[in-house]
Amino acid sequence: MAETVTSPNKEVKPPNPQIENLKIVWKKLKKNKIAMAGGFLILFFILASWIGPLLTTMDPSQPNIPDRLQGPSAEYWFGTDHQGRDIFTRIVHGMSITLYIGFVSVALGCVAGVFLGLISGYYGGRTDTVIMRIMDVLLAFPGILLALAIVSVLGGSLNNVIIAVGIFSIPVFARIVRGSALAVRKLEYIDAVRALGASDTRIIFKHVLPNIMSPIIVQATLRIATAVLTASGLSFLGLGAQPPTPEWGAMLSAGRNYMWEHPHIALFPGLAIVAVVLAFNLFGDGLRDALDPKMK
Amino acid sequence: MTTELLQVKNLKQYFPIKGGLLGRKINDVKAVDDISFSIKAGETLSIVGESGCGKSTTGRAILRLDEPTAGEIHFQGDDLLSLNKKEMRKKRKDLQIIFQDPYASINPRQTVRQVLNEAMEIQNVLPKEQRYDRMIELLETVGLGPDKLDRFPHEFSGGQRQRIGIARALAVDPKLIICDESVSALDVSIQAQVLNLLKKLQREFDLTYLFISHDLGVVRHISDRVVVMYLGKIVEIGDKKSLFDNPKHPYTKTLLSAIPVPDPKRKKDQIILKGDVPSPIDPPTGCRFHTRCPFATERCVTEVPELRNTTGMKNGHESACHYIEEIESGEMKPKY
Repeated sequence: MAETVTSPNKEVKPPNPQIENLKIVWKKLKKNKIAMAGGFLILFFILASWIGPLLTTMDPSQPNIPDRLQGPSAEYWFGTDHQGRDIFTRIVHGMSITLYIGFVSVALGCVAGVFLGLISGYYGGRTDTVIMRIMDVLLAFPGILLALAIVSVLGGSLNNVIIAVGIFSIPVFARIVRGSALAVRKLEYIDAVRALGASDTRIIFKHVLPNIMSPIIVQATLRIATAVLTASGLSFLGLGAQPPTPEWGAMLSAGRNYMWEHPHIALFPGLAIVAVVLAFNLFGDGLRDALDPKMK
Repeated sequence: MTTELLQVKNLKQYFPIKGGLLGRKINDVKAVDDISFSIKAGETLSIVGESGCGKSTTGRAILRLDEPTAGEIHFQGDDLLSLNKKEMRKKRKDLQIIFQDPYASINPRQTVRQVLNEAMEIQNVLPKEQRYDRMIELLETVGLGPDKLDRFPHEFSGGQRQRIGIARALAVDPKLIICDESVSALDVSIQAQVLNLLKKLQREFDLTYLFISHDLGVVRHISDRVVVMYLGKIVEIGDKKSLFDNPKHPYTKTLLSAIPVPDPKRKKDQIILKGDVPSPIDPPTGCRFHTRCPFATERCVTEVPELRNTTGMKNGHESACHYIEEIESGEMKPKY
């Protein structure tokens, strides 16, 4: 509508239900201590991935053979690896890679999955059957196996890992969205806009999608944890990030050979993975409870 | 004689029932089975009947919210069912619907302004600059103040929401409005207000209504002509006066006898039917009412009665019963 038109009664601001809802969700979320802890951890990780590399003084990939395989000390907080690189520095530098993999792969899977789910749920019939059977095929593989298969076809690299993890996230989103879309499209207001002559695209994106956002957000948060874990797994198997990239899964894999004598090499990257996965899972669980209108 | 705005011919709406391992169609729910009627410009035609008789399905089929199985729907000379998707979208400007549940029929995430603006945008009714004035005018027409424009549905009462639904339908300047149980969910006092509003709008904008309801009192108040449906078929059609004063079909008589009368002393001559409405999956043969009709004979089981007019039935009043005359003359007595 025209910008020049001012709304009547400007001074009385009606509560916007979206903002009102957000307030309620935030209130519920605040009460959930564990979820808040997860949320703060996530914030901390994101900040650390930006600021951390600027604060560390050592090079994450330059070998320093004389200092190799040293245990944790004041100089090397988490010790050094088999090439003498500071593990703490590498973990800090690897943070952004991990988060990048998590966010981008989930974004890919989410966009594709939501789109397929919307089409499937809204149109139903044969379209639905075809799409959902393909999703079932994808779901039938255990996640890591599917990602493994995709990476071995595409070749091992960080971007291919992201694509692989994204693809195996698609069916999860498609299923959830389809279910929600099926429920929403039966509502009368969808019929009302259809009777007005709205196109399917308009109905799907303006009326169905905004009303099914909460399950998508929750799933995306939880999915980031899975994506990080899977990507680390692939790198551990040597299919993801290639050395000397300070990717946590790859670091874990490199530390494997020195497990018995120098456990810290594998321990710290492992702990880092656990921390990130845990943070996203805790926050996602809390978010699900907070967004569920039935939970008080 | 005014012109016919909408003509429904042999409309059928079957919903397939899928089952078995491969999801094959095993049967149909015959929600609407071969009905024909027409609506004249400017009149209010009501469809009454009990739950599941196909009255709402008829309304939805006319709008192609569900694609009808067979039949023709002529609207101003075009067969709506033969239009392609794009042509139909344009045509929807002239046909609007007001739903039953005012709580479910508006997107909870849109303000009134967005709702009305979207309606006008879809049908491109007015240039952008003029829409604001039109929105205020529409709100005024349905009896809401301009301050309501930026409010969300949850801030309104049921009656107010229904008014928003009406405003949305009016936003595209329709010719025919289908009111699908539009007042059933409202309080009686609000019902009256909304009904009067609908009547006022009809006079002002020359609207034609297809009014779907199970409430005979409401139907009597608003309609010009009435269609009575039973199990997917029309059993009686006629102008309001003729049908209410002189019902011919045993089903219509039963239905009308169920209207409560505000007089405790009046003798109750309510006709109570036995049994329940049969399933529309395998409807009874012949006359669909024969399983419950107190007058049913062998002929009713085998022969499908057509809508017909006999002496004493005025103004296109028609009834689908084999024994209109016999029942009228007292020759046939109810069996229970």
